[in-house]
Amino acid sequence: MNFWINILASGVSTGTALLFATIGELFAERAGILNLGVEGMMLMGAVTGYGVAYASGNPWLGLVAGMLAGAFLSFLHAFVAISLRADQVVSGLSLTFLGTGLSLVLGEGLSKAVGVQTIPSLTVPLLSQIPFFGPILFEQKSLLVYVGYVLTPAAWFYIYRTRPGLHLRAIGEYPAAADSLGINVFALRYFYVLVGGALGGLAGASLSLSISPGWYSEFTTSGLGWIAVGLVIFAQWNPFRAAIGAYLFGSLRRLVLDLQGEQVIAFFPNPFFQDRNLQFFLEMIPYALTIVVLIIGSRQALRRRLGAPAALGIPYVRGERGL
Amino acid sequence: MTTPTPYSLLPTPTPRASPRRFAFPYRLELEPRMTTPRWLPWATSLGSVVFALVVGGLVLAYVGGDPIDAYAHIFNAAFGNPGVLSDTLVKASPLILTGLACLIAFRARLWNIGAEGQFFIGAFGATFVVQQMFDKDASPWLVIPTMALMGFACGALWGAIPGFLRGRFGVNEIITTLMMNYIAFFWNDFFIYGRWSDRGFQLTPTFPKNAWMPRLSDFADQFPAFSGITIHAGLFLGLAATVAIAYLLFRTRWGYEIRLIGDNARAAEYAGINIVRNTVFVLALSGGLAGLAGMAEVSGVVHRLQERISPGYGFTAIIVAWLAKLNPWAVIPVAIVFGGLIIGSREIQPSGLSRMLQGIVLFAIIGSEILNRYRVRLVRAQLSQSL
Repeated sequence: MNFWINILASGVSTGTALLFATIGELFAERAGILNLGVEGMMLMGAVTGYGVAYASGNPWLGLVAGMLAGAFLSFLHAFVAISLRADQVVSGLSLTFLGTGLSLVLGEGLSKAVGVQTIPSLTVPLLSQIPFFGPILFEQKSLLVYVGYVLTPAAWFYIYRTRPGLHLRAIGEYPAAADSLGINVFALRYFYVLVGGALGGLAGASLSLSISPGWYSEFTTSGLGWIAVGLVIFAQWNPFRAAIGAYLFGSLRRLVLDLQGEQVIAFFPNPFFQDRNLQFFLEMIPYALTIVVLIIGSRQALRRRLGAPAALGIPYVRGERGL
Repeated sequence: MTTPTPYSLLPTPTPRASPRRFAFPYRLELEPRMTTPRWLPWATSLGSVVFALVVGGLVLAYVGGDPIDAYAHIFNAAFGNPGVLSDTLVKASPLILTGLACLIAFRARLWNIGAEGQFFIGAFGATFVVQQMFDKDASPWLVIPTMALMGFACGALWGAIPGFLRGRFGVNEIITTLMMNYIAFFWNDFFIYGRWSDRGFQLTPTFPKNAWMPRLSDFADQFPAFSGITIHAGLFLGLAATVAIAYLLFRTRWGYEIRLIGDNARAAEYAGINIVRNTVFVLALSGGLAGLAGMAEVSGVVHRLQERISPGYGFTAIIVAWLAKLNPWAVIPVAIVFGGLIIGSREIQPSGLSRMLQGIVLFAIIGSEILNRYRVRLVRAQLSQSL
């Protein structure tokens, strides 16, 4: 039992970073802009956040700086994809290159930084006493984890129950119609790409300042940004499904680590303990499962005729044919 | 009192008082081009490379480096003398093959960003042949072609899986190809840490000589000029593949189908082209080319399988294909330039410089593409205001 509680508890923490990135990407995609640069924005957020926290001694300042760095990077994508009407796939890819390279340049020597303050943790007094769920959700959790708890329903409410949320969905589904009703498609698309970038930066900064503190060059994220892009599809652009996916993948990361330490699993000798080399197959699992999850998401989308926002990836040009 | 005519009901266009806010008297207007001059795409590509160097230099100066010095070092270390030029060409060989791999997929609007993983799996396939199939007395005429076939086949399988998922279930190939990268890295790790490990080191034993692709320096006896030149047969494999891909794209029915799918998938489907089958085959061919690059790298350069066999060839390939404007012939010079960048920036600190430059180059290229499609005009705001 403790085994599973440990895994789920740490999954909630790791999942929080994934959650920020996924919801950020979800906002951008809802607005019709595909941003494949999540990995780059996360790395920039991580390195900026860690660097600023190191220089100023204030982790919250680092967090804000990380968000700004992510937003700055996503602004480049917004400019190229919205104003210059470039291919969003290639632009997003170059954002990943740029973010990775830039963060390596800026983070030179930062991995040796010591004494960086991290975001404080908190145990909620009463709630943490609930059996099973208490220790998983409310015991010694970084404050950011609680931000994640709030963010998910807030994002859902914003998208589905408010007027700006309606506009957001409109510019992603049918920008020409939204434009004809006086919604400023270009400005809103810029805005939501920036929101996505800020959340991507926050995701990175929460990794380097709270969840796995430190700067480990590109291994800080090791592909989490790409998993986030995949989760958006699995989530079918719904924040609650995004949260389920994010926490699930967070737990999986921990499970992969913990499985190597157990001698016996369910009365059978643990093959991963016997043969150290089999660990590489364990480490494949998150990436393989991303593919599986994508297959599930895509099949459901086909069956229920749900899918990506109709205008996703298509630059909007006023007066031109097309969505 | 006269009844107002409908006309008088309309608001009379009164001259509006000039807004107090300052308005920029000119604005940019985009006018779609009917035709694009042939030289223009190349000019914008060149311009974007220059732009990237300037921006990269500014970043470098910001973190305390000397950009002019760094660029001079990169250029000298990459193209300064015949010896380093040969090293540059060695780095360009896998880039030509992986660049073609991305190119053929991008032509069909399939975003294969898994060339890196396909490269690793191709290297695995080639190593499998050396480790498990032949001993060191076998003829190289048998071993090396088998390695190439196996490298191609493994890479093709790695590309075909996302292709099948995309064709059959509509699964986004961008993410699946990328996830396949990670799976390939761990797959190789399993073998080089375990079964094939050389005395516990994380690499396989050096291949026997019959698995080494010939280098130009091997013929130094006949041609003294070749001594020390490390260019290997992989370069010629890349040149041959370029010819083959160009022929395939522009002279065969399949190539026509690929280009048609890329230009307009719906029209292609109505024309009776099998999209699912083409998706699988194009990604398989793409993966195969990247796998071949992996085989050439372990057989021609590294001579063993290890973790670090690629400084990101599969990712740089995306930029190579795009900078070449998806033209197979242009892949060769672009690959040489980027091979030079890899060689030249090896000793440059900070180490992320080359990747950052690649990112800026790609950004600048796609950003500048608008210049090829639209004519940008500066117009007086008042005159053109029609609303």
